[in-house]
Amino acid sequence: MSAPTTFIERIVFILENRGMSMLQGAGNTLLIAFVSTVIGCIIGFIVGIIMTIPLDKRDNIFKRIILRVVRLILHVYIEVFRGTPMMVQAMFIYYGSIMVFNIHMPFMIAAFFIVSINTGAYMAETVRGGILSIDPGQSEGAKAIGMTHVQSMTYVISPQALRNIMPQIGNNLIINIKDTCVLSVISVVELMFASRAVAGAYLMYFETYTITMVMYLAMTLFFSRLLRYFEKKMDGNKSYDLATHDTLAHTSGMVSYREEKRQ
Amino acid sequence: MSDNIIEVRSLVKTFGGNEVLKGVDFTVRKGDVTCIIGASGSGKSTLLRCINMLETPTGGEILFHGEDIMQRKSSVPEYRTRVGMVFQNFNLFYNMTALKNCMVGTRKVLKKDKATSLKIALDYLEKVGMSPFINARPRQLSGGQQQRVAIARALAMEPEVLLFDEPTSALDPQMVGEVLAVIRKLADEGWTMIIVTHEMAFARDVSNHVVYMQDGIICEEGTPEQIFQNPQKQETKEFLARFMAG
Repeated sequence: MSAPTTFIERIVFILENRGMSMLQGAGNTLLIAFVSTVIGCIIGFIVGIIMTIPLDKRDNIFKRIILRVVRLILHVYIEVFRGTPMMVQAMFIYYGSIMVFNIHMPFMIAAFFIVSINTGAYMAETVRGGILSIDPGQSEGAKAIGMTHVQSMTYVISPQALRNIMPQIGNNLIINIKDTCVLSVISVVELMFASRAVAGAYLMYFETYTITMVMYLAMTLFFSRLLRYFEKKMDGNKSYDLATHDTLAHTSGMVSYREEKRQ
Repeated sequence: MSDNIIEVRSLVKTFGGNEVLKGVDFTVRKGDVTCIIGASGSGKSTLLRCINMLETPTGGEILFHGEDIMQRKSSVPEYRTRVGMVFQNFNLFYNMTALKNCMVGTRKVLKKDKATSLKIALDYLEKVGMSPFINARPRQLSGGQQQRVAIARALAMEPEVLLFDEPTSALDPQMVGEVLAVIRKLADEGWTMIIVTHEMAFARDVSNHVVYMQDGIICEEGTPEQIFQNPQKQETKEFLARFMAG
């Protein structure tokens, strides 16, 4: 087999020989980014909601102390993970757990863990902003029909906050797709790690990273479109059905329109 | 005493150094329609918000069936299910359709089953004339329509008292009528209501008890005839003259 000479030939050569391993790396990148963004959002919602629980002077002292201590811990968590590079966190946690606790984390588990808590720290502030952006009238309306704080958060505030922060969740997902490349420092076999191996093996740096670029861009473009689609879904229909039929049915005691529709 | 639903006793509310309510006393009996009138800043809305515990009173007491609501603090949400509130800005839940707005309270707070809660919601939405719009989201409705859904949402909880905080103040003039018509209907059906309003003619027609507030105290109260036709206090006369002239 003659050595490939032109740029195109080299790209084809790489794809033929190592295409699968690069795709596997891309698969891992996607898996880590997606799962970690989801877990990070859950962490973010929990932390964000705890941060916005109203503290009342009339609440009992026990509850106030616990809440303050929990908030202090969460503040430290947010500041530490937002304030240090993820690459450093990865090394600190991975090697730290070996040195201090003698735990050898599997690479993928370490990857999920690190990216999740990192995303969680950012999302916590995003969620807090999302909750603060909801008109206080919404929670007053919820209170007025007897909802507790937890109920109004669950049924009224969080769904609206989630919709408002969807663009930011999309941002985070895309950042995570790209930033998982720093995990190659703890030997997680994601796209960057795979690319480095391929480039080193064939000494075709430009060609390999051209493919890598295209793969990253394809992944981020796909997810930004997908999230737009979800946003549209969440907004619901632009129009609504008039249920005039139902009014008549209901007053005359016939089967109501909605029940009819369900069947 | 037994048919007194709400008794307000020397209620005081301060915001920082600003004393908004300076000792308010009044009583609401079952079936009463009480209208609270007065200039802006006289403490009307604050009084109403205190009754629903959206504001915590600084002093005095509010008795609900003879029981001080500030002493039973742990069950404030439970108390609120029995005292409905309709807001100036509707405060419908934007993430739900009109129907869901009226069902969420009975489903999640009163824990009724789905069929019962659907029936209640449809009944009250029909009462306010909104049954054609059950699938609409609040932002797709006009102000008057939103307010009628908000009234249905409060009614669905089947409270003992309904509080209206300037229910028509955020509406265009041509939408005021439809909301007032609904409230009038409720009055005819015997619901107990406290209404803060700037609609003097409406207050005169619909209520059996009118309270005139000025500077955080009740300046004068009585039947609509007493207040509107034969006010005793100079302040009341001046206030009414200003309003009735227009």
